Amino acid sequence: MSTVLEAHELTVSFGRAEVVCGLSTTIRRGEWVALIGPNGAGKTTTLRALAGLIAFGGIVLLEGRPVATTSRREIARQIAVVPQHPQTPPELTVAEYVLLGRTPHIGYLASETHADRRAAARAIERLALRPFSERPLGSLSGGELQRAVIARALAQEARILLLDEPTSALDLGRQQQALELVDSLRRDDELTVVSAMHDLSLAGQYADRLLLLDHGRVVAEGRASDVLSEATIGAYYGADVRVIHEDGGVFVLPRRAARR
Amino acid sequence: MIAHGEQPALRAASVRARGVPPAWGVCAVLFLLGALLGSLALGPVAIGAGPIAESALAKLPLLHIRSPLSRVEEAIVWQLRAPRVVLAAMVGGMLAIAGSAYQGVFRNPLADPYLLGVAAGAGLGATVAIAYAAGGGEILPLAAFAGAVAGVAAAYALGCAVGGAPGTGILILAGVTVAAFMTALQTFVQQQHSQTLQSVYSWLLGGFDGATWSDVVLIAPYVGVSASILLLHRRVLDVLSLGDDEAASLGLDVRRVRLLIVVAATAGTAAAVSVSGLIGFVGIIVPHTIRLLVSTSYRAVVPLSLVVGAGFLVIADVVARTVMSPAELPIGVVTAFFGAPFFAVVLRRSRTITS
Repeated sequence: MSTVLEAHELTVSFGRAEVVCGLSTTIRRGEWVALIGPNGAGKTTTLRALAGLIAFGGIVLLEGRPVATTSRREIARQIAVVPQHPQTPPELTVAEYVLLGRTPHIGYLASETHADRRAAARAIERLALRPFSERPLGSLSGGELQRAVIARALAQEARILLLDEPTSALDLGRQQQALELVDSLRRDDELTVVSAMHDLSLAGQYADRLLLLDHGRVVAEGRASDVLSEATIGAYYGADVRVIHEDGGVFVLPRRAARR
Repeated sequence: MIAHGEQPALRAASVRARGVPPAWGVCAVLFLLGALLGSLALGPVAIGAGPIAESALAKLPLLHIRSPLSRVEEAIVWQLRAPRVVLAAMVGGMLAIAGSAYQGVFRNPLADPYLLGVAAGAGLGATVAIAYAAGGGEILPLAAFAGAVAGVAAAYALGCAVGGAPGTGILILAGVTVAAFMTALQTFVQQQHSQTLQSVYSWLLGGFDGATWSDVVLIAPYVGVSASILLLHRRVLDVLSLGDDEAASLGLDVRRVRLLIVVAATAGTAAAVSVSGLIGFVGIIVPHTIRLLVSTSYRAVVPLSLVVGAGFLVIADVVARTVMSPAELPIGVVTAFFGAPFFAVVLRRSRTITS
């Protein structure tokens, strides 16, 4: 598999605080990489740097080209970002919102072509949003809204999908559905997925590879069965957990210390 | 969850962004035409709107219509009233479209060019011209224009100096700071030349008294270019409504886009202000009325602001020159008198939307 995205000694500082310090990794086409780690570990900042949305030190290469010197439009044609808290203007319809995803393909002052409408229609179909296409975003439930945001990213027709906590606002069933959906999109369209995730069990089940960050550094990397151990999670999350290996999956259960 | 069933696939043609709803577009144009015609007809000499319309058509080539107006009436309509009406329409359209663009670029419902230093800068420029150049004369519009542009430029520079990449909040604070400073200078100059108080004051309140075709020609290029640039950015303004970060991830160079829109809106507003004085509230109430009645999408708000703003200021000017005829009310008084209560309603409503 070929490399699509790589970071060498990626460093991001806000003022004096180094939020990401010397992160290096290589992401291959079609891979799903999950960034895990406690709050403040630098997951979101890493995603934003990979997409070239913030200034950083070190090098990020997108298909071999430095992100820092690639135009915003060119990056947007290859990387779609689903933020944790997307702005969803309540009066915009789903169709209008998904169409905005075509922005990197539309001339700066031009308007959408038929091809853009077709791509948006495909994305809406793909996420089963057809009954909602004329509905304003403000009238959607959390799960429907999440699908609309993913549809917008899909309409962008980028090969790389960066997801920041894609399931944090969803209930248990919707979480699974959303991740299954991302996985099927990844397989069908050969997308590469990089996601920041809180839920370690879900991260372990869906991602090919986990990157455990702590204080802006990669402290563990590999398959779920290697990274998710009771000792590691205890050390970096300060959490008391049981890790269960079952059906080829790894499940992390929080455990309350026995009361005396 | 990806089930298609028996339904036909979603047709691409049905996936579209709403622009200006046709009915609203027609209403807005009729509103403007009615305002223009009514404004030409109203005045000390009664001339019917019908004959004026005929006289206007007579000016078009190839139609072979004879104007029913006498030569004196022709002169009253086309040399006295028309430049004033056209100027009011251009200024109103410009203030409203610039306000709508500023609100989009700063994602702030209260933003308009006045807030970022246009008003204070133009006021300072005009006051200096009136005080030091014997009443201003020819120099006044130029000084007001220069002051307005300098005000926004200073605010932008200050915003950049603070944060490197000025966020929307920083820029507005910088604008308020610059405006306070320029207002202090303006007040000082005014105090030092108290004999000019009357003319400075009446300029600040704005008006179209004594407008000529040369005023129209003077600002037409600025207003034309500026309004065209803003109209072309209506889709981009919708992208910006997703926030700087998401707009950037969709491929926009947010800083450059913001600067371009601010420059265009500022230049047009500065030109408008230079011939009309400071007419408040148009840039706020017109775009917000459209948001409340029609749509919040900039594809509707931007073009409708231009048309409705033009009509609104033409009507305000009719009120200003007829209510106390032969005396004139400053048009700023008229727009604020209607604008302030309306603005209160908008504020109430925007609080219920955001909370």
